[in-house]
Amino acid sequence: MAYNLKELAKNPDRLAGGHKMCAGCGAPTVVRAVLRAIKPEDRAVIGSATGCLEVSTFTYPYTAWKDSFVHSAFENCGATVSGVEAAYASLKKQGKLDYEGETKFIAFGGDGGTYDIGLQSLSGAMERGHDMVYVCYDNGAYMNTGIQRSSATPTFADTTTSPAGSKVPGKQQLKKDLTMIMASHNLPYVAQSAPLGNFSDLGKKAEKAIYTKGACFLNVLAPCPRGWRYDTPKLLDLCKLAVDTCVWPLYEVENGKLTITYTPKTKLPVEDFLKVQGRFRHMFKKGNEWMIEKFQADVDAKWEELQRMQG
Amino acid sequence: MAIRERLSGNEAVAIAMRQINPDVVAAFPITPSTEIPQYFASFVNNGQVDTEFVPVESEHSAMSACIGAESAGARTITATSSNGLALMWEMLYIAASSRLPIVLNAVNRALSGPLNIHNDHSDTMGARDSGWIQIYGETSQEAYDNMVMALRIAEHEDVMLPVMNCYDGFITSHAVENLDLIEDENVKAFVGEYKPKHYLLNKDEKIAMGPLDLPPYYTEHKYQQHMAMVNAKKVILDVAADFEKMTGRKYGLFEEYKMDDAEIAIVVMNSTAGTAKYVVNQLREKGVKAGLVKIRVYRPFPVEEIAEALSKCKAVAVMDKAASFNAAGGPLYTDVTSALYAAGATVPAVSYVYGLGGRDVKTTDIEKVYTTLEEIAKTGEVKERFNWLALRD
Repeated sequence: MAYNLKELAKNPDRLAGGHKMCAGCGAPTVVRAVLRAIKPEDRAVIGSATGCLEVSTFTYPYTAWKDSFVHSAFENCGATVSGVEAAYASLKKQGKLDYEGETKFIAFGGDGGTYDIGLQSLSGAMERGHDMVYVCYDNGAYMNTGIQRSSATPTFADTTTSPAGSKVPGKQQLKKDLTMIMASHNLPYVAQSAPLGNFSDLGKKAEKAIYTKGACFLNVLAPCPRGWRYDTPKLLDLCKLAVDTCVWPLYEVENGKLTITYTPKTKLPVEDFLKVQGRFRHMFKKGNEWMIEKFQADVDAKWEELQRMQG
Repeated sequence: MAIRERLSGNEAVAIAMRQINPDVVAAFPITPSTEIPQYFASFVNNGQVDTEFVPVESEHSAMSACIGAESAGARTITATSSNGLALMWEMLYIAASSRLPIVLNAVNRALSGPLNIHNDHSDTMGARDSGWIQIYGETSQEAYDNMVMALRIAEHEDVMLPVMNCYDGFITSHAVENLDLIEDENVKAFVGEYKPKHYLLNKDEKIAMGPLDLPPYYTEHKYQQHMAMVNAKKVILDVAADFEKMTGRKYGLFEEYKMDDAEIAIVVMNSTAGTAKYVVNQLREKGVKAGLVKIRVYRPFPVEEIAEALSKCKAVAVMDKAASFNAAGGPLYTDVTSALYAAGATVPAVSYVYGLGGRDVKTTDIEKVYTTLEEIAKTGEVKERFNWLALRD
């Protein structure tokens, strides 16, 4: 079926308004777009790692989640939701659930809870093949504790634990390639996406992930206005720049086959993405041109590698 | 009719789990608890149970998966030991505060470091105030019986707390003993069906578990948790009374052995009680009025009952198979003496740390403790309050 945002938008929102996420934050936009892909007649249990999303959507006694929701800790969203899914499999098999229809299990974690502290739990849950989707909303730092670097932080980004100092100019390492790590788990479906335009890329990938049997993984770019320091209404423009510069390529790996799902007509220089964010401001100072050159070279190398892998 | 068997503690517990047929078991291997998931995985793969077995990649994930499963409405059991329990620590507190009636078979083993695979109680002692009910067993029979009783306690609506079924690594977990098993159908009938009130997969009610809980409500939630632990004492005794009707085996909060007229007594937990009872018998033959209290329910701690049982004595020794690095005696000693103080009892009580990391506990060691107690009873004088038993020079 062709993707139709107008039709999909008629589905009731599964995350209510009135939560406490910041204006211009990418995470709730990503969550809504993913949950919109669940058929309205299907049930869902949503899990979240500790982080901005959890604390801002479920402060006792209020919840913004319209489906059943579970949070337990920071590093274990994969394991926690795998337990929920195991319970479902068991109760269903035993005829203890007195309803028809499907129940979907979706785990959300930020990059801190996914790339770093939660990597083991995620790897275990995915390897065991629970019928669930893990969605990483990647904002490239530990934003909930006040913008500390993570292994998802891009090179040179200024964070509170990788400050752009006079001797060391921001984060020194490359961003970890988690999507490829998850693809190496031999999962039926892994994809990298971002909220863009009419959300067709994210919407289609979410639907595939949710309705593919087994453990599926989505890595979705989710800008953070506090950490990235951009003009909040420009959230979607910024995502567009991330994909048009190939800083965040869009692709999917379906049963081992990699497909690039978006190729920019004109690949923009990385400066276009970097210059609209405060965290990269120091890269534009005189004498720091080499940083931009290195950033561009790294992005080019990754993009070429991805194209080679597509074959 | 009971089934007479010869089994190790782990095997007996695994059989109890088969008889219970839980919805989910999530576990990670660690010596000496490993046999439990091993036996259980064979029950699963041979179609003897309906359970979903989740072979997780760590103990942290084991407890996390148990939390997810129990929240979803599944009866859930796990097992671990030592460092595995330590890796679960964060999640133990979350399981208890989420009021999830999970049962954990905790096969007691020394906690690193240094690394040691043998028995003491340093693992579960560290988790004693995590919000879990802790029940300790001396033998394979008790480990089995406590597993059968655990879910009824945990799932009781006045309790809704997780339970640890603790017994000694190797000594109880691996040694083969004679015991009576209960028929499958009687275990099933005793444990009953699990009917949770609120759960994630309930079609009629969507719920959210694990909120951010700020100052306006946090204290009240902690108070409810505290009250659940207070309520647990009566429920544990009620379940034990029902269990006695079925099996004839009587369980209380603790066992009093020759305490009616005892002048000197030791307080002890788990398998050492067997050795100590032998010593009590020898002393009794010599006319020494020795007795023993074996703690069964450590959390909730039976404060008034323990004080009453010991207050008639002239001297008491509290034996801890775990060191508490507080320079002030082991955890059980601290609890017992605080119970005595609160009851206004003035019986002299001394602390013995013993049997760490699997060090053998000999009858001659226990005799020395009673000899010291005889001296204290005679003179009323405590020479050394904090003692380490059978320490090398």
